[in-house]
Amino acid sequence: MRFQGRAWVFGDNIDTDVIIPGRYLNTTDPKELAAHCMEGVDPEFPRKVQPGDIVVAGRNFGSGSSREHAPISLKAAGVSCVIARSFARIFFRNAINIGLPVLECPEAVEAIAPGDELEVRLDTGEIHNLRTGQVFRARPYPPFMLELIRAGGLIPYTRARLAKPQPGAPGG
Amino acid sequence: MGMTMAEKIIAAHAGLEHVEPGELVEVRVDFVMANDITAALAIREFEKLEVEGVFDRERVAFVADHFVPPPNIKAAEQCMAVRTWARRKGILYFEGGRDGGIEHVVLPEQGLVLPGEIIIGADSHTCTYGALGAFSTGVGSTDAAVAMATGRLWLKVPPTMRLFYHGTLRPWVTAKDLILHTIGHIGVDGALYRAMFFTGPVIRALSMDGRFTIANMAIEAGAKAGLMEVDEKTLEYVRPRAKRPFVVYQDDPDARYEIDLDFNVSDWEPVVAVPHLPSNVRPVSELADVRIDQVFIGSCTNGRIEDLRLAARILQGQRVHPEVRCIIIPGSGPTYRQALEEGLIDVFVEAGAVVGLPSCGPCMGGYSGVLGPGERCVSTTNRNFIGRMGHPTSEVYLANPAVAAASAILGRIASPEEIRLEAVPV
Ligand code: SF4
Repeated sequence: MRFQGRAWVFGDNIDTDVIIPGRYLNTTDPKELAAHCMEGVDPEFPRKVQPGDIVVAGRNFGSGSSREHAPISLKAAGVSCVIARSFARIFFRNAINIGLPVLECPEAVEAIAPGDELEVRLDTGEIHNLRTGQVFRARPYPPFMLELIRAGGLIPYTRARLAKPQPGAPGG
Repeated sequence: MGMTMAEKIIAAHAGLEHVEPGELVEVRVDFVMANDITAALAIREFEKLEVEGVFDRERVAFVADHFVPPPNIKAAEQCMAVRTWARRKGILYFEGGRDGGIEHVVLPEQGLVLPGEIIIGADSHTCTYGALGAFSTGVGSTDAAVAMATGRLWLKVPPTMRLFYHGTLRPWVTAKDLILHTIGHIGVDGALYRAMFFTGPVIRALSMDGRFTIANMAIEAGAKAGLMEVDEKTLEYVRPRAKRPFVVYQDDPDARYEIDLDFNVSDWEPVVAVPHLPSNVRPVSELADVRIDQVFIGSCTNGRIEDLRLAARILQGQRVHPEVRCIIIPGSGPTYRQALEEGLIDVFVEAGAVVGLPSCGPCMGGYSGVLGPGERCVSTTNRNFIGRMGHPTSEVYLANPAVAAASAILGRIASPEEIRLEAVPV
């Protein structure tokens, strides 16, 4: 899986209240949530972000509450993946579970400037900065997680697997 | 290279010989739990999967505890939906009564969570069962739903942080003080992503109740799990209750710890976490001028029999301060009955405390002790966040049951030592 888009660079401790403020949680509609995505740090973000764009952030991205609305709003806004120095634990899980790839790669974050054109290859964990020509490597996803993201998240992935049991699944 | 307990449990459940911190694996889970709030959401996600039943009806439990018995119609409806679904699917269900109570008190008591297992729960304090030597962690609603259907979960192998406690505990320093001191030392994200491993002679000397208190609050340092080794005390607790066979794992001698901390507890005193973070830890002796309106003794942190015994020791023959509401809630039906048999309930009522029904009570501001504007509560719970127990301007001070009981008597934050002194006629 490959993604290509412009980098949106943010700092440390971007919490779930910044990603999608609590006052908008009276809906679960992804489009409505997307309209307020990242409003806490950049009110213009929802209008300027293009499909495929990549969010790049510092430490502890997604800290705070366990609301799944946060990764849902990023995905619905068009963000193709998030690269950060580190993620808060429950955000990390929730993002993968709703089909938003997230990569931990401090070296890449160091070397990315706002607006850089990036290419991410999920199967190898490679992050290409097309402006500078630099290549970074995050730990690649194992096959089952690639499959999970390809399926669009944990619920569709599980549905497909339940419909057609896979004897070779890990841990079997 | 050797493995830690957490790594061994995960490897065994992933069908692998060896795992490394940072590795993503899919594991078999032994038990899945949700409460009356989170089960409602998990049910919705479960229905999207279009499967008939859960993976194993004996290994999925809903424990209604946050809003039981229901304080209002909305809560009653939510509880009805959860109860109906649980009955229809034939899963385990607890709601008050003989065996019910708070999820994290009930499940160990009923022998439903065991050493060496992987347990997930749609509640952040699921880490409590680490006291039994289980890998036990809190998740979101989607994870819980899928695990209910499949008995599987993906997870990232956490590095282990080892915390070694030695020295001699001073009087009135309890398990609660050990974990509060620890969080004060490492901070609320000091164990982010990691498995905490609590060990050393001080931990080994603790009762199971004390160990649950410590593992319960691992999440307050950001940890994914908080484990302890399985010893004779663990086995004594588990053997008569266990509903399934279980496996005991131990750290290899050459296991790798990302962080290794050593605590000499000999000069630690009872502490209080002041608003609004569990890491704002201060010695109780420095807070004697803080007047209070309420005391709550209970919750999944300190609602077990040993906690009630400790509170009763202080309250015996004493009176709750006339300006304080003192609310005491045993964590489960069996705890309640035990307290009754030992005469503890009598002591509480005689002292002027209110004894509530096994549930979360006012811990997260649900009901039966919600704080008004500016009110202060000394609480044996685990979180003192803004508005946690009621109005945004109210304040929660986290403490052990002896400090809470002493504070109830004196109407201000107080050390248990002050009560002993006053009780002795001059
Ligand atoms: S007692 Fe408090 S912390 Fe424990 S499960 Fe209930 S609400 Fe959560």
